Amino acid sequence: MDGAEFLVKFLENKGVEHIFGYPGGSVIYLYDVMDRSPLKHILTRHEQGAVHAADGYARATGKMGVCIATSGPGATNLVTGLTNAYLDSVPLLAITGQVDCASIGSDSFQEADIIGITMPITKHNYLVKDIEDLPAVMEEAWHVAQTGRPGPVLIDIPKDLFKAEFDFTSLPKQIITRKTPRKNSLEEQLEKVINLLKEAKEPLILAGGGVISAKASAELKEFVNYTNIPVVTTLMGKGSISEEDAGIIGMVGMHGKPTANLALSSCDLLLAIGTRFSDRITGNPKEFLLGSTKIHVDIDPAELCKNIEADVPVVCDAKKFLRKVIDKLQEKKIKLDLGPWLTTISHWQEKYPLCYEAGPGLKPQQVIQEVSRKAGEEAIVVTDVGQHQMFTAQYYPIKSARKFLSSGGLGTMGFGLPAALGAALGNPEADVLLFTGDGSFQMNIQELATLALNNLPVKVFILNNECLGMVRQWQELFFEERYAQTLLNGNPDFVRLAEVYGIKGLRIVNPGELQTKVEEALQHRGPVIVECAVDPRENVFPIVPPGGKPNEMLGRWQGETHISRIS
Amino acid sequence: MRHTLAVLVENQPGVLSHVSGLFSRRGYNIESLVVSETEDHTVSRITLVVEGDEQVIEQVTKQLNKQVEVIKVNDITNEEIVERQLLLLKVSADPADRQEIMQIVDIFRCRIVDIGRRSLVVEATGDEKKIQAIIKSLRPFGIQELVCTGSVAMLRGQK
Repeated sequence: MDGAEFLVKFLENKGVEHIFGYPGGSVIYLYDVMDRSPLKHILTRHEQGAVHAADGYARATGKMGVCIATSGPGATNLVTGLTNAYLDSVPLLAITGQVDCASIGSDSFQEADIIGITMPITKHNYLVKDIEDLPAVMEEAWHVAQTGRPGPVLIDIPKDLFKAEFDFTSLPKQIITRKTPRKNSLEEQLEKVINLLKEAKEPLILAGGGVISAKASAELKEFVNYTNIPVVTTLMGKGSISEEDAGIIGMVGMHGKPTANLALSSCDLLLAIGTRFSDRITGNPKEFLLGSTKIHVDIDPAELCKNIEADVPVVCDAKKFLRKVIDKLQEKKIKLDLGPWLTTISHWQEKYPLCYEAGPGLKPQQVIQEVSRKAGEEAIVVTDVGQHQMFTAQYYPIKSARKFLSSGGLGTMGFGLPAALGAALGNPEADVLLFTGDGSFQMNIQELATLALNNLPVKVFILNNECLGMVRQWQELFFEERYAQTLLNGNPDFVRLAEVYGIKGLRIVNPGELQTKVEEALQHRGPVIVECAVDPRENVFPIVPPGGKPNEMLGRWQGETHISRIS
Repeated sequence: MRHTLAVLVENQPGVLSHVSGLFSRRGYNIESLVVSETEDHTVSRITLVVEGDEQVIEQVTKQLNKQVEVIKVNDITNEEIVERQLLLLKVSADPADRQEIMQIVDIFRCRIVDIGRRSLVVEATGDEKKIQAIIKSLRPFGIQELVCTGSVAMLRGQK
């Protein structure tokens, strides 16, 4: 058996069905072998498309995403996608070809030191220099990518190793890293956690992406049902619990819901689970929630006390933590009395609802709300990055985990289209809805060919405001309306563009035609592109100005026509 | 405060760049780093001296622990340890000064390992304080060249 045959067999044995990639000189032979295997390879039109598609596939299914690229430019084109997966803790296996062992270091054709390049943006990476090492490396890479806090792992394999013959059965059983498993600190902290919960008058749960990674949604729901503690989520935590359940306030942060940010600023006890306190949530970390006690639960010890000093740091997986705490509360028959706190919250919800001004023109929020009303609960919602992303996070209620896919940590424009097609391949039964902007969409627009070729049922809503809306908004608010390089003149006609690729194209210009066109799009089998000509001056509110505290939001309050700070 | 960390890692290529890259990208300052194979040839030991407050050191330790190839991290700063650096120093030594330099070398229990017409090469081992004291004492004569390793450290045996 040779290296390529081993690799293909390895992936098959691990249950991999789809691989995203792009061939090239150093991986020709690997492709030759793979083409004769049951693995289904999805040829994207750019390596960045391949890695984002694998990422979307992994986010939507919870399984490993796998992508392949050739050496040099193929490998370097993965960089943005790997960083994206790293910051959002997505399990990914990236296999790159390398020039042959003897040529490494000689600047030969299509050689790049991808190990050096990707060291800071992968959970781990490997250069395989000996065919004997391949099985152990593959096994360890598979393990590392999915264990603990998930993340991308890259394996760089020189061209000659794909053809190298080796009797793999002769190898002893592989040892996987001799690291001693990290102790979780739940046992020693449990008493403190229970006491704090018991004493709290105004507690709040902040649920992050870790709840989804740990498959802890059911436990979170049970915990909330038992304690009645209200929940806010991060962008990554959206969908960790149904946003339509009672007591679920919604997303916090720079563009969070007003009540969510007010609750965050006022709580006396914050129970943060599976979140890393990103600056989009904390503003200035030195001034973040100085008056409240913080319990911080994360599987990655390095996240505890990194950005925010926690009073009770707990190294633990979200699922185990919640299970243990629920059991303890039930065992001790502890009930929380949160009446006044819940009243305050519903008072805020009435006084400061999330709102926008309806206008004569089409509003992006309107499109999102209409789609959310018409699409089924099982739809997977994918976003790109920018204003439309925040509008979707605000106005599209998500009911379960892995139904909202968005580039959170890196904020990668161009993530949406390839991620949506990856999600569609992983969930053939589900409708996949992509909300994108005219800026983001054009960053990986070449993947329309992949979408059309595979006839994937992705409904693309381009909220076209003919500008880079989020940056334009900042220029309006913080740069005295100087719109440097943010107006996108020269956009193509997206409907005609869709048709050129053989995809159905629709255009919505007036609010009056919104309902019928959205229905038409959703009923169409196969991909659709819906260009929505939305109000270019619409801004995302509320906004916490950079470095501000969560309760220092700007927005329109109680029917005001001007923007003001919440009082 | 200075902290001495003893880090056991897999003895594999790329380990050192994984560890040192971590420091540069997270903005931690390494004062010194020494790496060598241990009694077990599959394991290397990195002795790191890092400057930082408690919070920085805690982050450094956690980030090191996250590395796949890192087997164990020990902060041995407050332990009973033997710590040594190795110094080679070429000092200007005119005939008139030689006697005095040799006396200094004797006092610090260093050795002269090379004699030139106008210079001496001094070899010294000791902890950070001793090495600094030697350098300070020889500086007035004119230091022509100086090279020093980082610290290596080991826990003392049970008494």
